[in-house]
Amino acid sequence: MSINHKEIMKLAELARIQLNDETIKETTKSITDVLCLIDQLGAEKTNDIQPMAHPTDAFQCLRADEVTESDQRQTFQNLAPLAENGLYLVPKVID
Amino acid sequence: MGSKDIHEKTIAEIIFALNAREFSSLEITQHFLNRIKTLNSVYNCFITICEESALKQAKIADQKRMTGEFSDFCGVPIAHKDIFCTKDLRTTCGSKMLDNFIPPYDATVVEKFSFEGAVVLGKTNMDEFAMGSSNETSYFGAVKNPWDIKTVPGGSSGGSAAAIAAQITPGATGTDTGGSIRQPAALCGISGLKPTYGRVSRWGMIAFASSLDQAGPMAKTAEDCALMLKIMAGYDAKDSTSANIITPDYTEKISRSINGLKIGVPKEYFQDGLNFETEKSVLDALSQLEKQGAILVPISLPHSHLAVPAYYVIAPAEASSNLSRFDGVRYGHRCENPKDLNDMYTRSRAEGFGDEVKRRILVGTYCLSAGYYDAYYRKAQQARRLIKQDFVSAFNEVDVIIGPTCPNPAFEFGAKKNDPVEMYLEDIFTIATNLAGLPGMSIPCGLVDKKPVGIQIIGNYFREALILNVAHQYQTITDWHQNYPKDEKIESIRKMRLE
Amino acid sequence: MEWEIVIGLEVHVQLATKSKIFSGSSTTFGSKPNTQASALDLGMPGTLPTPNEEAFRQAIMFGLAINADIEKCSIFERKNYFYPDLPKGYQTTQLEKPIVRSGNIVIELSDGTRKSIRIHHAHLEEDAGKSLHEEFQEMTGIDFNRAGTPLIEIVSEPDLSSAEEATLFAKKLYGIVTSLGICDGEMAQGSMRFDVNVSIRKPGGTLGTRTETKNLNSFRFMEDAIDIEVQRQIDLIEDGKKVVQETRLFNGETKKSKSLRSKEEANDYRYFPCPDLLPVIIEDEYIEEIRRTLPELPEAKLKRFKEQYSLSNYDANILSSDQLLGQYFEVVAKKSGDAKIAANWILGELLARLNSTGLTITLCPIKSEDLAEMICRILDNTISGKMAKEVFDGMWKGDGNADSIISSRGLKQVSDSSVIESLVIHIIKINPNQVDDYLKAEEAKRSKMLGYFVGQVMKASKGQANPKQVNKILRGQLNKLINNIEL
Repeated sequence: MSINHKEIMKLAELARIQLNDETIKETTKSITDVLCLIDQLGAEKTNDIQPMAHPTDAFQCLRADEVTESDQRQTFQNLAPLAENGLYLVPKVID
Repeated sequence: MGSKDIHEKTIAEIIFALNAREFSSLEITQHFLNRIKTLNSVYNCFITICEESALKQAKIADQKRMTGEFSDFCGVPIAHKDIFCTKDLRTTCGSKMLDNFIPPYDATVVEKFSFEGAVVLGKTNMDEFAMGSSNETSYFGAVKNPWDIKTVPGGSSGGSAAAIAAQITPGATGTDTGGSIRQPAALCGISGLKPTYGRVSRWGMIAFASSLDQAGPMAKTAEDCALMLKIMAGYDAKDSTSANIITPDYTEKISRSINGLKIGVPKEYFQDGLNFETEKSVLDALSQLEKQGAILVPISLPHSHLAVPAYYVIAPAEASSNLSRFDGVRYGHRCENPKDLNDMYTRSRAEGFGDEVKRRILVGTYCLSAGYYDAYYRKAQQARRLIKQDFVSAFNEVDVIIGPTCPNPAFEFGAKKNDPVEMYLEDIFTIATNLAGLPGMSIPCGLVDKKPVGIQIIGNYFREALILNVAHQYQTITDWHQNYPKDEKIESIRKMRLE
Repeated sequence: MEWEIVIGLEVHVQLATKSKIFSGSSTTFGSKPNTQASALDLGMPGTLPTPNEEAFRQAIMFGLAINADIEKCSIFERKNYFYPDLPKGYQTTQLEKPIVRSGNIVIELSDGTRKSIRIHHAHLEEDAGKSLHEEFQEMTGIDFNRAGTPLIEIVSEPDLSSAEEATLFAKKLYGIVTSLGICDGEMAQGSMRFDVNVSIRKPGGTLGTRTETKNLNSFRFMEDAIDIEVQRQIDLIEDGKKVVQETRLFNGETKKSKSLRSKEEANDYRYFPCPDLLPVIIEDEYIEEIRRTLPELPEAKLKRFKEQYSLSNYDANILSSDQLLGQYFEVVAKKSGDAKIAANWILGELLARLNSTGLTITLCPIKSEDLAEMICRILDNTISGKMAKEVFDGMWKGDGNADSIISSRGLKQVSDSSVIESLVIHIIKINPNQVDDYLKAEEAKRSKMLGYFVGQVMKASKGQANPKQVNKILRGQLNKLINNIEL
């Protein structure tokens, strides 16, 4: 399995990671290598095998509907790159 | 035993000394801090050293020990891998992305140690977001293997492993997604246990691959690992995947005889790629156990060859999603002067993440993307079930499975850095247990080229006590776990720097 | 040319839980920004989700109400995309195994025919935060208070064939979720939001390309958005152009829509099972327990209202489709003892006022008990219908309850016959010409002419005379004159 320039750019876009021209080639090669490794899966017959999402066979516990959290806005916003008037700020979102 | 220096003591011995009032926690803590101060510049085991708070915690522990109610671990110094969130203490996960991140909360594991009165010496270095087998991907520089500073300590819990080998902490927490506790434990000649998935809470542990990640203890001996696991293990309602079952006293039955124990020896773990000398050490260890009455049973894990490819679909896929939250909006790195929203996202993430992290995010994105999901992700999940079934059948026949932890001893820096696939194959023997969710432990079993190698003991689900029992029995008849490298002389460091 | 319209709806309903779907943060609306955003809601590293049982209970209630299948083993998946108000970079939702599957909702069309609309499924998911574009220049502010509020997304089959049907369906759905008490119904606060999928085709032809118009938060906007989208598609095709599969945004103020993104630009959401959450097992006993305690649904309530209160189908329909309105009505009807008058006041004066001020019944300034008291005063002849309007107005403005307004404004109706009789005799005496005309007129015309005298008497009584009595006494007195009896 090899991956072309257009596909790598599409992945970078989906993952929101900027790739510069120097690294695209290197990235493409190493990702192709990894994809070759994982292509080994293709040879295995798995048609009737139930996919396994969790190592455990346990089931989900549900929590009672209670408010247990209190306001910690200041604490959390101290970590924010940019916050004002209690809001987190990002460059203008244009729909 | 009494002639040992403080830093040469195991946790069990430190607890003994504290109980006997031979030393105070403050003395012990100060001793380790002094060693960290001189040696960390060589090994780079710690990202953050907590001198002030450690001394404070030690004083509190000493007071507690004077006034009565205290647990064994009260005053014992340890270190936490920098993947565990620590309240008011920087937590980087080895990444520039979290260079300035100070969590307002403690991970459950951290909270449990604090509750027992343990002293936190610092946060240990690691591969960025735990993605790596050599510690070379850390934003804070690689950790050096104390056995040979030209070689890697393994990863991703390389800082914890090297710190124990360098005897600058008696124990440390680690996490293991594909071998990140066991592989560095093997390469640094220490003991490290990855518990059953769900045994230890993942809350507050920064996620790499949520269905594979598991925290565990790293220390000099199996006994110390048992002492630590006793604290770490247990159900946590805050982690939906944590197992709601009783936590046994792991030290209680550690000395049981292993006479009659059936040890499965999988033929797939002794094939091409395994270093000849390593193989010899592992076979030696097996014959030692045989002498204790264990019975060796040849077994087969026929889908072993699927483990690495399945892992390198599932782990990156989960990681690509888990790491989406690092977007520069609420915390973490944000690029300078973003020109628009997309620029903020793509540049913050390009700058904040290192190459290996980016590579895995892209691979994971690929495996989950439209048109590839079935061929990769679904297929990998099917392979995962086949791998689990191999183990389930094997454990119908045997009590534990033993093989090598890694195919080779520590390799030199840069040796595999440019070939991700070769690096991934370092985890060939450890990955399957993560996919299956089984517990596995590495303990030292010999030296190859003066570098440690380890055996891996894999147990059935929630049978950590049995693994620890086997490991402890091995350590009572061998002394590989008592071998420690000599401290690097400042002289040789200078020399190396000049070179 | 005739076109057939095909509409499917996706409806987001905010569930009425106290805490969020995966964290213990409060879901109260209108708090200061980011004061209800916990570490988990902010997607802080290391945090893990713990699902709220009540969200499941409410989703199952909905499933039972629409005769759907309840999934015994439902799972959560991650929908991956970047947006500033999506804290984790993915939304935790359900795809392959949603909690509710295959239900149906019956709507009644204006011609009285009933149409069953199939529900494909309803799944549980978390809401996102809110982006605020107005407060800052060049910047968008994000409030994560809403992030993690539990939603059910209800997805219909494309069984609707007009904007009117879609609106009927949406209102029916509103009635169901509010009757169940699983949604507060505050549409202006975004408690219920619609995405509409629209396509057109020639009757019996193959399905046309569909578009999706997102995030409509009122019935009106939804209806408008469908109308203009249908027209847009017809215009395109009749001009020989093609409809492009795309997502569109509708502006309720300008009544215009614009393309948000085409299919090619569509996100690749990379769904996969959420590894932080295990399968949720729902036991049969659990479902049966919920079924036993299910509140009365609009359909049953409609029937009951018609039988118990003798209401018309139209009145009963409106009163039964909104849980809180129905509740209000029943209090007024029971306390006043006259359901008919209660229904008239609520459907007339009260709804008109609420609609014109944009208020919902929960925020209605007149309490049901007070309205009932006012109706009692009409029934016991204390006030006239006209006075009641003034009392109602006073109560709306917050001047007090019915009795206090009646006494403070001296609105007591005069029902003493001797007082009214003397007023009537007085008016007859001072209007000899009109009386003459009345006496000469044919019987058929007299009842019309009577109005003049009634008006005069009412005026003389300063509006306080009981009009019914005035009418009756006037007739009696004038009849005496016709029969040549001295007054």
